Amino acid sequence: MIENNFANNNSGESSSVQLRQLKPSFSSRFKEFFIRHLQVFFYSLGLLSRTPFATLMTASALGIALALPAGLFVILDHARQLSGDINSINQISLFMKKEVSKKTIDSIQKKLENYPEIAQVKHISRDVALQEFQKNSGFGDALKALKNNPLPDLLIVFPSLTHNEPEQINNLLTELKKIKQVDLVQLDIQWLQRLYAILHIGQRGVLIIGSLLALGVLLIVGNTIRLAIENRRSEIVVMKLIGGTDSFIRRPFLYTGFWYGLLGSLIAILLVNLSLIIINDPLAHLSSLYDSHLFSLGLMGINVSLMLLFSGCFLGLMGARIAVGKHFKEIEPK
Amino acid sequence: MIQFDQVSKRFQGGNEALSQVNFHLHPGEMAFLTGHSGAGKSTLLKLIALIERASTGNVIIGGKNLNRVSRHAIPYLRRNMGIIFQDYQLLYDRTVFDNVALPLIISGFSSREVKKRVHAALDKVGLLRFEKKYPITLSGGEQQRVSIARAVVNKPALLLADEPTGNLDPDLSREIMDLFMAFNQVGVTVLIASHDIPLINQLNKRIIQLSHGKLLTAGNGS
Repeated sequence: MIENNFANNNSGESSSVQLRQLKPSFSSRFKEFFIRHLQVFFYSLGLLSRTPFATLMTASALGIALALPAGLFVILDHARQLSGDINSINQISLFMKKEVSKKTIDSIQKKLENYPEIAQVKHISRDVALQEFQKNSGFGDALKALKNNPLPDLLIVFPSLTHNEPEQINNLLTELKKIKQVDLVQLDIQWLQRLYAILHIGQRGVLIIGSLLALGVLLIVGNTIRLAIENRRSEIVVMKLIGGTDSFIRRPFLYTGFWYGLLGSLIAILLVNLSLIIINDPLAHLSSLYDSHLFSLGLMGINVSLMLLFSGCFLGLMGARIAVGKHFKEIEPK
Repeated sequence: MIQFDQVSKRFQGGNEALSQVNFHLHPGEMAFLTGHSGAGKSTLLKLIALIERASTGNVIIGGKNLNRVSRHAIPYLRRNMGIIFQDYQLLYDRTVFDNVALPLIISGFSSREVKKRVHAALDKVGLLRFEKKYPITLSGGEQQRVSIARAVVNKPALLLADEPTGNLDPDLSREIMDLFMAFNQVGVTVLIASHDIPLINQLNKRIIQLSHGKLLTAGNGS
């Protein structure tokens, strides 16, 4: 409206006017809007690449700040998956009294297998148990000296997956303890509950550390952008004098924030994966000592990586937006 | 084109830079704004460019009362003015071409159009051969001509200049003034603040004289 007013006045009152107020067409402006965005997008990257060392330092600081919560998240995520595996192989050991005959044990096994709460029952006879014990314990020779097999028969009860909740397991336990021929019922559920509690604390910890470091990222980007604005104060003034809108002038700064976020999160992904590679070997060794299947943290999953990239870019943009909002209004032509 | 109606400007601390200024500059007119240092020349130009706002009175530019222009609308208003400074206000990390192209890029012209217009503007100020150079490698007169090319590249209806020849020797000053005269001849309204009285007297244009913030003479405004 203003422009029309202005131009009409000019051409209307003076017929000799050859220089008319120029205005691009709407479609041109619409198309140019995207082209300019793309140009500024890469222009801001070009500005960063002019000072590679400073850029790398800032991006590394962001990378470290992002890597810490991301790394903790990866470890915690694995721990939770692992404990999930353990939970699914919940098992209850029934140690039979010694005088119970094999026939009775078989019938008890059959009876238990018909329980809806029970998926499977495995019988480990005392003879098999002794052989395994001799083989694995290292007391082989000492055991051979024994005249009688000291081990009881063992029934291992696997609860069905639909009856896997702690309360249901407890009900099943009381049920199993009622069987006369059973000497001892053993379920190591307490350590599992403790593990869950620890994991829960760990989750909260990651949340707190993550929030604090996200705030750190915002501050680092914000401060870097503030300095960039300060360095280019005269340029901003010139832009304002020749009719640049606020959104036009702040665009390169916002994209700079975005690039910092992107570079920072790429560095973070690199750092986390590097750490995982370093940790995986000794971890595999440790798990072999526990005689478990080889356990490895692997590398960062694609989902976590994308999430990290997204949060990095978002935090970078936000940090720049805050700095721009705070410092832009102060810079006006004098 | 420019109308001042009982305009006063007081700065914080009570010092009054302009008081009760009235004058009218018609479209297509060219005028010089003169007066001693601190007479209020720059302040007057700043009111037109919306760098400052009047304390009282109305400044009307192209039919638009600047008192009613919101902060948001200022950039669009400035695109209709070419503003030229004593210290050129060029961006020294960009080429001559990029400096001149800036107003067009801000307005959203296509690259083809930008190239055409920038070449035309540089041609007009006689600097087409310098388009790929950086401003710092040019002389003062050349830099001022780059800033004039930037001011006229989107063909504004109004040119404002604050001591455009302040840093230049008499010959160069005359060349710059001739450029302004040429733009005025094709219909651009031109207002130049200058205290180069000998030069101004040669040019035989309207003179608006300020003294201590008051209008001394408004010249032969029609």
